[in-house]
Amino acid sequence: MSKLKKMFEAGQFVVTGEVGPPKSADGEVVRHHAAMLNEYVDGVNLTDNQTAIVRLSSIAAAVHVLQTGGEPVMQMTCRDRNRIGIQSDLLGAYSLGVKNVLCLSGDHQSFGNHGTSKNVFDIDSIQLIQTVKNMRDERQFLCGEEIKDHEPRFFIGCVANPFADPFEWRVLRLEKKINAGAEFVQTQCILDMERFELFMAKVRERGLHEKAYIMAGLMPLKSWRAAAYMQKNVAGMLVADELIERMKKAANPKEEGVKICVEQIKHIRQIPGVKGVHIMAVNWEEIVPAIAEQAGLLPRPQLV
Amino acid sequence: MNDWHPKIVAFCCYYCAYAAADLAGSLRLQYPANVRMVEQPCSGKIDPLILLRAFEEGADGVYVAACVEGDCHFLKGNIRAKQRVHQLKRLLDEIGIGGQRLEMYNLSSSMGSRFAEVAREFTARIRSLGPSPVNPENIKPAVRLTEEKR
Amino acid sequence: MIVAEQKPLVEIAERIKEANKVLIVGCSMCVTVCLAGGEKEVGVLAAALRLLRAQTGRSLETVEYTATRQCDQEYLEAMAKIVTPDIDLIISMACGVGVQYVAERFDQWTIPALNTKLIGGTLEHGVWEERCGLCGDCVLHKTGGICPIIRCSKSILNGPCGGSQNGKCEISPTTPCAWQLIYDKMAKLGKLEALLTIEPVKDWSKARDGGPRRVVKEDVAL
Repeated sequence: MSKLKKMFEAGQFVVTGEVGPPKSADGEVVRHHAAMLNEYVDGVNLTDNQTAIVRLSSIAAAVHVLQTGGEPVMQMTCRDRNRIGIQSDLLGAYSLGVKNVLCLSGDHQSFGNHGTSKNVFDIDSIQLIQTVKNMRDERQFLCGEEIKDHEPRFFIGCVANPFADPFEWRVLRLEKKINAGAEFVQTQCILDMERFELFMAKVRERGLHEKAYIMAGLMPLKSWRAAAYMQKNVAGMLVADELIERMKKAANPKEEGVKICVEQIKHIRQIPGVKGVHIMAVNWEEIVPAIAEQAGLLPRPQLV
Repeated sequence: MNDWHPKIVAFCCYYCAYAAADLAGSLRLQYPANVRMVEQPCSGKIDPLILLRAFEEGADGVYVAACVEGDCHFLKGNIRAKQRVHQLKRLLDEIGIGGQRLEMYNLSSSMGSRFAEVAREFTARIRSLGPSPVNPENIKPAVRLTEEKR
Repeated sequence: MIVAEQKPLVEIAERIKEANKVLIVGCSMCVTVCLAGGEKEVGVLAAALRLLRAQTGRSLETVEYTATRQCDQEYLEAMAKIVTPDIDLIISMACGVGVQYVAERFDQWTIPALNTKLIGGTLEHGVWEERCGLCGDCVLHKTGGICPIIRCSKSILNGPCGGSQNGKCEISPTTPCAWQLIYDKMAKLGKLEALLTIEPVKDWSKARDGGPRRVVKEDVAL
């Protein structure tokens, strides 16, 4: 059974990290980062060709994490494979010991390094969640055919973006995902706390915090420019002006970024219904232990 | 080269440039004799086909003379002409004749001296560009056939 | 209607460089409306090709013709008389359908002058936008009359994805988010509730994924 699921069920405030697989066949990089994170987080996300840039596959990366004794959360997008490929990869990943899957639509290929490619989007993220659930609970492929034995029994995750539009629909769409079978939720990184709190209030109104484990997504900032860039150029992102100002004024921006992230974690722990944090420090993985330490999240509880 | 006289066709709107040319004449203003004028009911009448035709017949340069923006007798004819000229300049670049051989000018019927100035200015430009790369002898006449109605 | 746009002139010129006499065929249907391959565009293309060729010291003979409809054998028969053996090549200014019909009917090498872009409508004079994805199984009754298959860049049936902001799609600030439009329209219709139902996976076999399609209307097929 998924260790992540056990942690949630044990009522722990869960911490996960993220590793972006390399643009090469170097598994050592993944193992190196995973080994660095394992002691400080309960799970490690492996992105699936994030921003449509070709990278080592999330399945293979998840297996590298397993080899270091870590708990992988394999991301799977709908962009690059049809329902045949998706179900096949789910079987394959589970057979290799991967227990957690995070279902996403995937960034459009126009963002990546193969802008001239054809996209698939045979099924969407909600249908993907449903597919993973049906394979597990109904032991059925999408076509209705039975999975006779060894059905994949994934702990199913989804993402939610409280910062995209239409805002009123964001909570209801999360509800759709939960109804489809999502058991844990990772949000887009929070750089606008006010909006996130508003989102959580609506989540509680619909009782969704009792139906799925909601993890707040966080990204430690390295510079004010990075924040300003995201504010201006990343679709579906909101960045509070105060954050940019604070980073601008900081004598040591990296330290300030860590400080902000730690404050955010402490604040988020007080928001009812949030069951964990997902720290996205891609290309800055080495900072996660310090953040976890300062936020009082260490030592991570060991499951018996 | 100095005594080369480029063939220039000016498509002139009846309400402004054509009248301005008249005025230039009565004022005895000098402008190059190689500019051949074609009267148009409105600059909005010009069409890529007519302008291309001029180049096919051996023009070294073509310009459209239209009313001042906002003063078109037919309201928006000169705006449409402007867009077409802009588009056709790009096509002329693709063809290899070059978009600089086509221009658009705006003037009013009272601008006799401006009319002469435009003619001199454009002639000077085409003289510096040299003859059109198209030899009209290599142009076969267009054959247009229409569908027989049953 | 089908919306197309002309290929770059030099590309067409390169393809016909061996030919001495070409037939340029326009179509009076969709491509006339979208100003890509009607009678006028035939004339401009013919003149442009003649002017281009003239600069090489050779000349190009062009025959201009516009058929009522290139996607109909009847009109190609009407055209047969003018497709004389001295014509080296046919340039079709129709959509991909017309090009294929012409290529099938005549022995001459037929090349396309247009890129067939989309099935859509006019937004304003000179601007056309995609509206139908030809999926073969229309869902517009469920989405407030806005097609998620073609107007959502990810064809999401349970949208919008996390990339929707300020009414725009993540792929570009000028692309409207179809799901924002759907949401607004359904809200206006008082039917938001319907969007809470999970739309099941789509049967793409009814789209081109099922192989080339054919529509038969038996009562009129002789």
